[in-house]
Amino acid sequence: MKPKNKGSIDYKRILLPFAGISAGLILGGIIIAMQGVNPFYAYYYLLYGAIGNKQSLISSLLKTIPLGIVGLAVIFSYKAGIFNIGGEGQFYLGAVGATLVGTMPLPIPALMHVLLCIVAAIVFGGLFALLPGYLKAYKGFNEIVITMLLNYVALLFTSLLLQGPMQEPGTFFNRSSLFVPTALLPAVFPGQRLHWGIGIFLVLALLLHVLYRYTTLGFRIENVGLNRRASRYSGENTKHLMLFSMIISGSIAGMAGAIEVMGVNGRLVENFISGVGYDGIAIALLANLNPLMSILAAFFFGALRNGASSMQIATGVSSSFVYIIQAMAVLSVITMPGIPRIMKKMKARRVKNHA
Amino acid sequence: MLNTFLGLVFSTAFLASSISYATPFVLAAMGGIVSERSGVLNLGLEGMMLTGALFAFMGSYYTGNPAVGVLTAIVASMLLGFIHAYSCIELGSNQVVTAVAINIFALGITSALFNALFGISAGRVTAPGFASIRIPLLEKIPVLGTALFGQNVFVYLAYILVPLTYVLFFKTKIGLNIRASGEFPKAANTMGVPVEKVRFYSVIYSSAIAGIAGASLSIAGINMFIENISAGRGFIAFACIILGKFNPIGATMAALLFGMTEGIQLRIQAAGIPVPYQLPLMFPYILTIVMLLLVGSKFSPQSWGVPFFSDDDQ
Amino acid sequence: MSEILVLKNITKAFPKVIANQDVNFSLQKGQVHALLGENGAGKTTLMNCVCGLYQQTSGEIFINNQAVRIDNCSQAVAHGIGMVHQHFMLVPELSVAENVILGLKREKDFFIKIEDVEREVAELSEKYHFGLNPKAFIKDLPVGMQQRVEILKVIYRQASIIILDEATAVLTPQESEELFHIVENLVKQEKSVILITHKLSEVMRLADQVTVLRDGKVVGTVSKEKTNERELAKMMVGRDVLFDFKRGKELEKSLKMNVENLTVIDTRGIEKIHQLSFSLYSGEILGVAGVDGNGQLELSEALTGMTTYHGGSITLADKTYKHMSTKESYRNGVSHIPQDRQHTGLIMERSLEKNMILADYWKKEFSSYGFLNQKSITKHAATLMQSFDIKASSPLARIRELSGGNQQKVILAREISRGPDILIAVQPTRGLDIGATEFVRQQLIDERDKGTAVLLISTELDEIMQVADRIAVLYKGEFMGILDRDCLDVHEIGLMMAGVRKKEMEGGYDEA
Repeated sequence: MKPKNKGSIDYKRILLPFAGISAGLILGGIIIAMQGVNPFYAYYYLLYGAIGNKQSLISSLLKTIPLGIVGLAVIFSYKAGIFNIGGEGQFYLGAVGATLVGTMPLPIPALMHVLLCIVAAIVFGGLFALLPGYLKAYKGFNEIVITMLLNYVALLFTSLLLQGPMQEPGTFFNRSSLFVPTALLPAVFPGQRLHWGIGIFLVLALLLHVLYRYTTLGFRIENVGLNRRASRYSGENTKHLMLFSMIISGSIAGMAGAIEVMGVNGRLVENFISGVGYDGIAIALLANLNPLMSILAAFFFGALRNGASSMQIATGVSSSFVYIIQAMAVLSVITMPGIPRIMKKMKARRVKNHA
Repeated sequence: MLNTFLGLVFSTAFLASSISYATPFVLAAMGGIVSERSGVLNLGLEGMMLTGALFAFMGSYYTGNPAVGVLTAIVASMLLGFIHAYSCIELGSNQVVTAVAINIFALGITSALFNALFGISAGRVTAPGFASIRIPLLEKIPVLGTALFGQNVFVYLAYILVPLTYVLFFKTKIGLNIRASGEFPKAANTMGVPVEKVRFYSVIYSSAIAGIAGASLSIAGINMFIENISAGRGFIAFACIILGKFNPIGATMAALLFGMTEGIQLRIQAAGIPVPYQLPLMFPYILTIVMLLLVGSKFSPQSWGVPFFSDDDQ
Repeated sequence: MSEILVLKNITKAFPKVIANQDVNFSLQKGQVHALLGENGAGKTTLMNCVCGLYQQTSGEIFINNQAVRIDNCSQAVAHGIGMVHQHFMLVPELSVAENVILGLKREKDFFIKIEDVEREVAELSEKYHFGLNPKAFIKDLPVGMQQRVEILKVIYRQASIIILDEATAVLTPQESEELFHIVENLVKQEKSVILITHKLSEVMRLADQVTVLRDGKVVGTVSKEKTNERELAKMMVGRDVLFDFKRGKELEKSLKMNVENLTVIDTRGIEKIHQLSFSLYSGEILGVAGVDGNGQLELSEALTGMTTYHGGSITLADKTYKHMSTKESYRNGVSHIPQDRQHTGLIMERSLEKNMILADYWKKEFSSYGFLNQKSITKHAATLMQSFDIKASSPLARIRELSGGNQQKVILAREISRGPDILIAVQPTRGLDIGATEFVRQQLIDERDKGTAVLLISTELDEIMQVADRIAVLYKGEFMGILDRDCLDVHEIGLMMAGVRKKEMEGGYDEA
């Protein structure tokens, strides 16, 4: 193999996602034009709605937080070789745990109450990841199908609780009572909606970055994910480590659920978020499993979604087309490692045709 | 109360509705199983179904002919299948993540297209759909007759596809190639099986059938399109394949189970039995997990989800 | 007599190496032509070009005096070429009959009439005395039978040229003898056979012609009548003396590892190691010889904690284990050079320096308070690269980018630099070139001289005889006996490899 030209590699790394996003924008533009709306006009509102002013930026960040934290959850298990499709279920269970504690008036300081809610979410989310983690690590089951099925169970279980024991008294809606004020996440700037969940997300991303980059634990977790056999050979109890990683992954996703209910709605509402587990996967992979990059990737997702809502209000164009852009971005990143192979193959074909 | 319940469950109407609920699962599973057996993990069934549902609706709406709708559904979902196949087989990308991207893409493009063409508040636009076809003579069989043979064309297609898939796998050369590609692609390739081609066509085929499964959601009965109409049915079909140990018959059994529980749930609600609606809905998922635990983990094809390149010089 | 297959100036270049250079070769109809050469000489690569797995970079292939292009395996089959690979190309989940017709182009019909195929397979099996049940699943067949399925596959495709790649590597001497009969039968039926091998005895027993390859080039082609083993050995290796190792004086011995009644059962419930007992002492190399598949892998994995054992005990450093994890094995001073370096011994996606601390990351030198000490990790790797002559662009180079020999040196450096009490090496020179092989063997001897207890498990009898102080022969999970270096008898070892116990031989009882 030729010595790698570092410059050209970086170039490709930027170019391809850019091409993917552009393709998404063009495809989206065509659909917008089909509605008789000028795509540039729509995209202007999209951009303005995403980052145009302080309010829109804050809304974008609010959407970024749950997506980003679930993305980190996906990274955590993926590094150990487990595909956690169950982020959504763990998210819901975490929210349930936080709601149990958060709707209860407790004679403790606000910070303590908030922490207690988060701990409850971590425990609930982690416990919900225990079964798939155990089955994968110890029994060799396919974690994808199990976590996927558990998502449905979690969603239905949450709505069952919200229609029964956890339902706000005197309402027909499937929702819990409001959190007591001590259990709400405080705002970063007084009077603004942006809550401290953003701080938790950023710190967590940094922590994971340090974990994988500088610590022995991160080294060991990555070893399991890269080559389970070699990891065991090196004296590792891979089963323990995989189970541990899955539980932490579930805990992180659970925490995301808690942060969302404590920071945004102030109560648990049936089906209050949808598809967050899959979005987390998309973000984790868009970030190439790099925790710091996942901040950007999550913001990209969050800003697009927020901007799209504004755009829908202003132009009548459905906000859902931003999914196309997101999907194209992810596809372009994950297919990148395969591009040299295709180049080589085409070159070989050309050579053969000439011969 | 129990009697009322049992009476509901073992009625012709219940049987008929269970079968029709199960049909999208059966169809998608019969497509998906071909891809899975060839070694390509296809979690994109969900997005392919969703795309199929919209394009079936569109095809039928614009031409007035639901058969054309099925064709457009097949073409559209095959395009997604092509992306999945190219990414997973030619580029060797992660098959789960590719599928996740495809599902997000499908959600985006179907919603956006539907809203663009029919308006954001297009709640009540209907397209011509398939009506039930009663099969003479067979329909006259007591209890089972109308349940089995008073159904729409998709149900009959499912009846045909299940034994066909079984024969394909176990009695034909193509089936042998597919199984070998999923188990030990290197050996298959050495023996002259064009593994990449087999896998490619398997994925494309699975997407086409998933498109038909999607059509069965939109133009067989309700004759409408609703955003995210597939609502996870592709994922369930995927679970059915695994629960059925990658065997067409087993997968069909699993799909019937899901169809039945959906039927039970609606009956319970209709009868006003005081059980929270979530419980019967939760039941099939929990049952599937329990059954997976009992069945064990050792049935997936050996090279399931593992990319293979015949020109690897290593 | 006519030339059925001719290769003219075949060159096969890979991105990193040239595997074959200007190779000329010709096979006469109805003959056995041996392709002789050391591991890595380019024999298999050359034949892979013939059977369509690879395409040559340049050069031409003629079949029956006609130039042909072989772009894929099915074209090779169409030209009547069939290859029995060293690693069987059988799908374990399919039946014998299904494997036989897999990929067959001849059958135009869409449906498979499996009953017809089963009947045909049974007939062929009868004709060649294979004793195969067409309905049996490959995963249930022993290795020797699987090989017959491979040969049957080739015959079923009406191959006129049959290539056997190291066909006896996995067979006992008796099974090999049966295989030789099969080959003789094939030639009688007008088939032509190419025998890829590095075993001189096989060449002398079977071949009509011999072509010797070294470093990807043809050294020469001779007919068997006009040559002898000594000359062939010289051609193959390029010098007279194979290996000459410096061994230190024997040290005082102390017990390092004691194994008692070890029993290992594999995942399919088959007993792979049966009530095995032995002791390993400091300053010695105990060589475990035997044909592949007699429990070598299971033995090494049980001793290193890679697999659970189901009976018996292992005593290490005065501690007796009924169960042992890899960590317990490692912390008790056991180093392990595994059989499968790419899947077990290394993490291919990681850098060289990180692979060097795979198990030792916790040591003070490399980390403190749970944080890796990057500087000393790099320094450690650089030092080992120098002392073990590992060729890599830098300590940061990914292992995947290294050659096989250098990969093995990384493992060797890591496992030896740790200063182990016990070193368990499994097939440590498999796939290495001569230089690297010699280096690895000398390192094992140096370790012994330092007082390490070395257990060398190898199917290369030469290797064992060169370096071991004591030789045990493993057969079906049991030791047939343990011999001292001073009183070696190759004939005796051969019998033991075929399942005759040492005691039985002494008692004058001959099982064979």
